[in-house]
Amino acid sequence: MQFPDAETLCQHLADQIRPSLQPNTVLIGIRTGGEWLARRLHTLLGLKEPPGAIDISFYRDDYGARGLHGRPQRTDIPFSIEDAAVILVDDVLYTGRTTRAALNEIFDFGRPASVELAVLVDRGGRELPIAARYCAHTLPEPLPASQNLQLEQTEDGNLSLRLIDA
Amino acid sequence: MHNPQINRHGELQHLLTLDGLPREVIVGILDHAAPFTEVAEREVKKLPLLRGKSIFNLFFENSTRTRTTFEIAAKRLTADVVNLNVSTSSTAKGESLLDTIDNLCAMHADMFVVRHAASGAPVLIAQHLQAAGRDHIHVINAGDGRHAHPTQGLLDMYTIRHYKHDFGNLVIAIVGDVLHSRVARSQIAALATLGVPEIRVIGPRTLLPTAIDAMGVRTFSDMREGLRDVDVVMMLRLQNERMAGALLPTPQEYYKVWGLTAEKLALARPDAIVMHPGPMNRGIEIDSAVADGAQAVILPQVTFGIAVRMAVMSMLAGQ
Repeated sequence: MQFPDAETLCQHLADQIRPSLQPNTVLIGIRTGGEWLARRLHTLLGLKEPPGAIDISFYRDDYGARGLHGRPQRTDIPFSIEDAAVILVDDVLYTGRTTRAALNEIFDFGRPASVELAVLVDRGGRELPIAARYCAHTLPEPLPASQNLQLEQTEDGNLSLRLIDA
Repeated sequence: MHNPQINRHGELQHLLTLDGLPREVIVGILDHAAPFTEVAEREVKKLPLLRGKSIFNLFFENSTRTRTTFEIAAKRLTADVVNLNVSTSSTAKGESLLDTIDNLCAMHADMFVVRHAASGAPVLIAQHLQAAGRDHIHVINAGDGRHAHPTQGLLDMYTIRHYKHDFGNLVIAIVGDVLHSRVARSQIAALATLGVPEIRVIGPRTLLPTAIDAMGVRTFSDMREGLRDVDVVMMLRLQNERMAGALLPTPQEYYKVWGLTAEKLALARPDAIVMHPGPMNRGIEIDSAVADGAQAVILPQVTFGIAVRMAVMSMLAGQ
């Protein structure tokens, strides 16, 4: 399957978000792909507040079955969540479970005024009632579960989408 | 040799001792602990990882700090924590250790945190659970006799890594009552595994184990000589309650010769850090001016200890 260029999708996503920006808008990227994307959007949108980054490892709903895997990183939210208009940023929207975990984690930092979801690609296959307010590209057909779609960043900061057989 | 701490998938099943624990497992625990330090800065200091798990703190020997930090760690992971003050309960009525364990298993325990005056008690519990096929129940040694205190050793390693970043070039001195110290044994095992090139042990001959040289350390009975150019000073508590017979003249005499004062600390490197597992005997093994001084990292040790215990608990419960 051919995927649109990730750099072009970033521009589209920023264009979608721009009209809805509020003075209290902050970005929080979900590590790792969403974090790169949030940094890029932060520049494109000219926001003052630096973006936050969250690692949802400690909020996953499959911990009981799979335990801690990978290397959890520090969640870093350098601003107050209280009354902020949060835009949660992720690279690919799939089952919605990552978004659910991120929502729970955000609320442990305070009570935001609102939370919206921005994603680069919606690959279908939702298992929870979650939808993105901003989405740069929706795949015409859901991807099979045997495939992973993820964002990658080169050393010079270029973003690209890659499909991997899981 | 079979290591009862590691399961057949090579994952940590129990944490009983740092002796013989592979380097990658120790480093893995330290790496996992780092993100847990951030939780203490949140409005809601709680993670849902151990929701629905029951953790029993079994303290057959008194301890306030260790029990409290284990309790806080478990509660920040949303576990249900039961503290058993065993000295005033069934054991006093004659129940055996393993009968106590079986009863708590019948209450659907998921983890035991065990402190015991007898070396090997946590290992005995782990073997008992394995023999009964209870692989889903995990044991953490919170200090057994003179044997080991692995979470203290790990939090000390975390503290050293936090301030010194790398173990490869360090000179580290452990000072005091090594003979009675399970903390020192865990520290030496971990420091050696992590590749610290020079580990020194400083103390009166009567308080150094006879086989200490076999642990790959340099021993000093002259504190001034031993502290010269060290990067890390790890003080031990003088364990008055474990002293029998004439191991020491008087506490005053001990302070004069082996107490850490500013004047003796000046022989170490200028950026040396001072650690102590607590509780401190001020004016015996450490002078107040040093304990409260700029080089002391004794209170950060306590804070890091919570994150390290959270990491160990969540790694065990997830297996």
